[in-house]
Amino acid sequence: MYEGVVQDLIDELGRLPGVGPKSAQRIAFHILQADPVDVRRLAEVLIVVKDKVKFCSVCGNVAEDELCRICRDQRRDPAVICVVEESKDVVAIERTREFRGRYHVLGGAISPIEGVGPDDLRIRELMTRLADGVVTEVILATDPNLEGEATATYLTRLLRPMGLRVTRLASGLPVGGDLEYADEVTLGRAFEGRRSVDD
Amino acid sequence: MGLYRDEAVVLRTQKLGEADRIITLLTRGNGRVRAVAKGVRRTSSRFGSRLEPFTYVDLQLAEGRSLDVVTQAETLSPFAARIGSDYERYTAGTVMLETAERLVIEDKEPALQQFLLLIGALRAMSSGERSPSAVLDSFLLRSLSVAGYAPSFDGCARCGLEGPHRAFSPSGGGMLCSTCRVPGSASPAVETVALLGALLAGDWAVVEASEPRHRKEATGLVAAYLAWHLERGLKSLSHVER
Repeated sequence: MYEGVVQDLIDELGRLPGVGPKSAQRIAFHILQADPVDVRRLAEVLIVVKDKVKFCSVCGNVAEDELCRICRDQRRDPAVICVVEESKDVVAIERTREFRGRYHVLGGAISPIEGVGPDDLRIRELMTRLADGVVTEVILATDPNLEGEATATYLTRLLRPMGLRVTRLASGLPVGGDLEYADEVTLGRAFEGRRSVDD
Repeated sequence: MGLYRDEAVVLRTQKLGEADRIITLLTRGNGRVRAVAKGVRRTSSRFGSRLEPFTYVDLQLAEGRSLDVVTQAETLSPFAARIGSDYERYTAGTVMLETAERLVIEDKEPALQQFLLLIGALRAMSSGERSPSAVLDSFLLRSLSVAGYAPSFDGCARCGLEGPHRAFSPSGGGMLCSTCRVPGSASPAVETVALLGALLAGDWAVVEASEPRHRKEATGLVAAYLAWHLERGLKSLSHVER
């Protein structure tokens, strides 16, 4: 045990995800030895982020105002909505520069074993967004794991009667991998979704 | 630290650190095992979909101090693909996984009967020939029986008097005769009691001939019986779509 405030710092750091008692101690001593200006900047950012950052009232992405940067951008296509689980997924898709529509962040995936059902996600908000008829296509970009697939299945059943075009991200072989290590489900999907090279 | 091989069904996955997962397994030879799958969340992982819940896999594991480590995995049957693509099967199937996890209490204590029961139920669920709800109810009753909580649907659960009887009590252990009957017992329809017996015995001809209202009543009684014996309720049960 260290004296007073040093131990408090170690305890606080130890509550962060993935930081065990040893790592907490290492980070605490790094902070003690660091330049006071750097430490002050870190402290200020921590306070500001909690004060300023909100969730976009339209799509649920992290935002500094009522609306996020993407929902404010008039150049983005309002007719296509890409449904993702987390804000992290928005960033991942934005990095591809392939998508010019808008997003909807669900805030997770349906996982009964963790006690997360459809009512715990932002599905009602999605349905409200679709009500005015502007949106013509919904892209389901939930994770390609069991929970993500089940969430996509649930949404498909909900969206299909609305007469929209509902699409699901393709799944198949990762670029840079070996065919022999591909699992049966992934390889099967890759065959199912194969495409002609003529055109 | 030794390597060992076993067949297993993946019951639950939890995120661990940057790209790993803790996988809870029900194995053929070692009962419930918790193991780490390293790097499984990366898109380039060689495990791919093999360690998703519902998947029946052949594994090589390395013994660790608290958790074992998955070193190799081969799919034996990808139940996950066929169960995850149907919402009703997915929610019902999840309850089976959670029940199996809860009823096999000790880690590394062989539970072959529970394992075989789960494999059979997953096979029935993924084939889509039977109603997911009926497969679930049948699995729950049989899984409870294997765990030592077998309900009685013909003779009285207390005194053994030959049935049929009218009162059903989860705390009493099933049907009770008019002398043993406890306050608060349910009085299900005669057809429902027959259906419950058929679900427990796996008599599908009787189950499929049953009427929806009796199935619904049976489902409610199975849920009450399960809740009583598990003490803590199942998280997934309230999300089942029926």
